Amino acid sequence: MRVSDRAIRFGLKPIVFVASLGPFFYLVWAALTGNLSANPLADLTNETGVWTLRFICITLAITPLRKLTGWNPFIRFRRMAGLFAFFYGTLHLTTYAIVDRFAGLDQAAGWVEALSGGHVPGGALVASTLRSLAKSIGEDIYKRPFITIGFATWVSMLPLAITSTAGWIRRLGGKRWNRLHRLVYLTGILGPLHYWWLVKADVSRPLTYAAVVAALLGVRLFWNRARRAPAPVRASATPA
Amino acid sequence: MLIKRAADIRSSEITDKKLYLNRREFLGTTAATAAAVAAGSLGTEAFLEAAAPAPHGRKLENVKKSPLSVDEKPNKWEDITTYNNYYEFGTDKDSPSMLARNYKTEPWTVAIEGECAKKGNMPLEDILKGQTLEERIYRHRCVEAWSMVIPWVGFPLADLIKKCEPTSKAKFIEFTTAYDMKQMPGLRSPVLRWPYVEGLRMDEAMHPLTILVVGLYGEVLPNQDGAPLRLAVPWKYGFKHIKSIAKIRFVEKQPLNTWQESAPQEYGFYSNVNPSVDHPRWSQATERRIGEFLRRKTLMFNGYGDQVASLYSGMDLKRNY
Repeated sequence: MRVSDRAIRFGLKPIVFVASLGPFFYLVWAALTGNLSANPLADLTNETGVWTLRFICITLAITPLRKLTGWNPFIRFRRMAGLFAFFYGTLHLTTYAIVDRFAGLDQAAGWVEALSGGHVPGGALVASTLRSLAKSIGEDIYKRPFITIGFATWVSMLPLAITSTAGWIRRLGGKRWNRLHRLVYLTGILGPLHYWWLVKADVSRPLTYAAVVAALLGVRLFWNRARRAPAPVRASATPA
Repeated sequence: MLIKRAADIRSSEITDKKLYLNRREFLGTTAATAAAVAAGSLGTEAFLEAAAPAPHGRKLENVKKSPLSVDEKPNKWEDITTYNNYYEFGTDKDSPSMLARNYKTEPWTVAIEGECAKKGNMPLEDILKGQTLEERIYRHRCVEAWSMVIPWVGFPLADLIKKCEPTSKAKFIEFTTAYDMKQMPGLRSPVLRWPYVEGLRMDEAMHPLTILVVGLYGEVLPNQDGAPLRLAVPWKYGFKHIKSIAKIRFVEKQPLNTWQESAPQEYGFYSNVNPSVDHPRWSQATERRIGEFLRRKTLMFNGYGDQVASLYSGMDLKRNY
């Protein structure tokens, strides 16, 4: 497929960008208009998590797609997909921190009171809240394996997001940058594991993500092997 | 901030499902490959939609108020009829509200079995004959750390037990949910071993707080909430409140309830609400009351300790979770 550089930069990329924000705007809209379930806070946590997984899968799918289709411009969407995975992952982490941890703190009632009265919470309240929140999240990460893995998934994306700029590629050099960004394979493994350990009985969805990631990593492994294998000796190449 | 440009576009335009599908189509048509198939399978999850609350049913007559009701604001009908764990109708919270809509609950009989004098099939009308219905506004605490306040309509389980005349060998009571492959699409997936089974110790079953539920908000119980007959044991986690009861068996040995069978290290037989015994994977110390932002501190025995704590005196509740 022939697509000009201009069409990609000014056409396709903005379209994909806006489409990728779709889930975010959908969630904001649904939350504000009461179109989520009776437990909207749980929905926000779940949905941002699921979209993180989807974007991790999309990111991992780009290289195989490019190879299979031979359409090289796919690569120009890889960074965007990866950054959207990080974007939804950060939303997921933030939602968890607020909805699951902050809302359970003794200080939370003070915040609601202050904010609903139109006041800014006092410095002492802010300080003690931050301390309790850090402790609460820290304990949760320490105590609960699925939270540990979830947090590790987000942490694994952090260096990739930071070094996603052209400047960082230059600074690190292509080879080292490439090596660092293989960390995304770990992200791909940890994400579905986090989901898996969270669900109560129905593991079909976590399994789907695990299977997709397994296929996307498997195909890389397969190609790597194929490349390293010695080229077959062709009989016709030897002169009689 | 990583996303540099804020999109200047109305959210209603973006959230359009068509657009979302277009993107998938784009992927699909550009590359008819294994990877696209994978992406497609990820998209099969239904987009979140607001489930429709249950239609209002027949009004129940002569429902008495009960002193055992709590003095808290009940959750809305919409909440109680769209946010259900009822795996026979799917594992999503809103699937029962969609998939149980045409579930047929009339006529209904309950098989009475085991250590009792009056074995046999008991039609629901007979169970309800001469029975005064009461409104019981109970706190309801799910093992998933959310809770509601629900105005059930029902009658003490003890009344039915007496009718069955259990023998001295009846130490426990075992309930079984209806198992109807044709009507319950959730049964097709082996997430739990079907049919669903729950149980109570005889003294728990005879406790005045333990009720069989036939109504909600003064009306006939909606299908997604376990019609036509379900259990409510308000000091226990929600999964003990077995729905759509088709069989009651009096037994000598402690029954193996479905969730315990599924994950014995996570779900026990007693499953009393207990803030100091965490689920292995999450804390039970706090809960989200549906409709609220701040999490509440979970109360021992869900706040019914004064009435039920004596049932467990001398028992190690950390081991008997």
